[in-house]
Amino acid sequence: MTSFIQGICKFRRGPWEMLATILIALGVFMLMQPFVMWAYTYSFITTLIGTVMFIIVSHFPE
Amino acid sequence: MLKKPMERVAAATPAPIAHSVRGLSDRAIAWVFVAPTIFLLLAINIFPLIWTIRLSFTNYKANRIGREVKEIGLRNYERILTDTDIWLNMQATAHFLIWTIVLQVLIGFTLAWLINKKFKGNDLWTTIIVLPMMLSPAVVGNFWKFLYQPQIGLFNYIVSFFTGAEPSSFEMLGQVNLAPWSIVIVDTWMWTPFVMLICLAGLRSIPDYIYEAAEIDRASKWRQFWTITVPMVLPFLMLAVLFRGIENFKMFDLVVQLTGGGPGSTTELTSINLKREAFEKWRTGYASAYAIILFVTVFGLASIYVKALNKVKER
Repeated sequence: MTSFIQGICKFRRGPWEMLATILIALGVFMLMQPFVMWAYTYSFITTLIGTVMFIIVSHFPE
Repeated sequence: MLKKPMERVAAATPAPIAHSVRGLSDRAIAWVFVAPTIFLLLAINIFPLIWTIRLSFTNYKANRIGREVKEIGLRNYERILTDTDIWLNMQATAHFLIWTIVLQVLIGFTLAWLINKKFKGNDLWTTIIVLPMMLSPAVVGNFWKFLYQPQIGLFNYIVSFFTGAEPSSFEMLGQVNLAPWSIVIVDTWMWTPFVMLICLAGLRSIPDYIYEAAEIDRASKWRQFWTITVPMVLPFLMLAVLFRGIENFKMFDLVVQLTGGGPGSTTELTSINLKREAFEKWRTGYASAYAIILFVTVFGLASIYVKALNKVKER
């Protein structure tokens, strides 16, 4: 966990990509879940942020 | 004296062309070769994408050419993301996605594990199992429609043989509670071989000496399975899951052939709904926003897919 936070602070690719992946997965889950409407409403913006973040952070150093 | 082929071609090239080619740098020649591909990519992929993004902010209708097109900002996105019917379509897609992936992975891995055991007729069985994957989705949809017929369909008779229920007492494609499962069954039948092939590649990549070492250490078959087979096949399995997930998210042809989205809208997956909005209701701007939402979702999943692929390559 500490190395993950250190990686985030130092703008390392691995942890940031992990974060973007979590956001994308969360967005897809929110889009398709049958429980709450507000999660569906905000799913697209979550996925979009995750995807854009993924594109940007994939250029970060290892 | 016989010249080399390259020299013969060079000698046969007309002087003006040869002169102009000789005048180009390596970088320029590379660009000449790559340019047609880049042009095609821009024309077929990038331009339509940018145009769709632009249309998603308008009230454009493709069947009304002369009508004034108004910029309506994010209203299309707002309407889609607050529409309960589309939310239900997303849930229908999720049901289809989750169950097809679960079944395909379980059956595909089991089949791969069995096929990986050396037995007589191994290759023949592999060929037979792989056959459904090679068929066209339209063909599969049509013949499963016959199989699901309550009066003459083989499927109902097989179910009745095992359960004792009257074959004509249920209709797989016509009943609200059964229709979502009918498309899951057909997709599983068609695409399990694909998952099996990927798992088989994973299983065959495990060197025998690892199992031999485990045997020497007196590890049980069960332990070998969980500590050697599963971890080493997992990246391949993950790839199969992501690949099938992305493909099934876009599923259209098979479901249209089978149920057409019915009964009601129980099997109306997002791609079918999108097609209706775009080419039946002609709400082009709205459908463009819908397509962008699906595109971003698939693109996001594809990003994870590429990351997983790189991890597999590293192994």
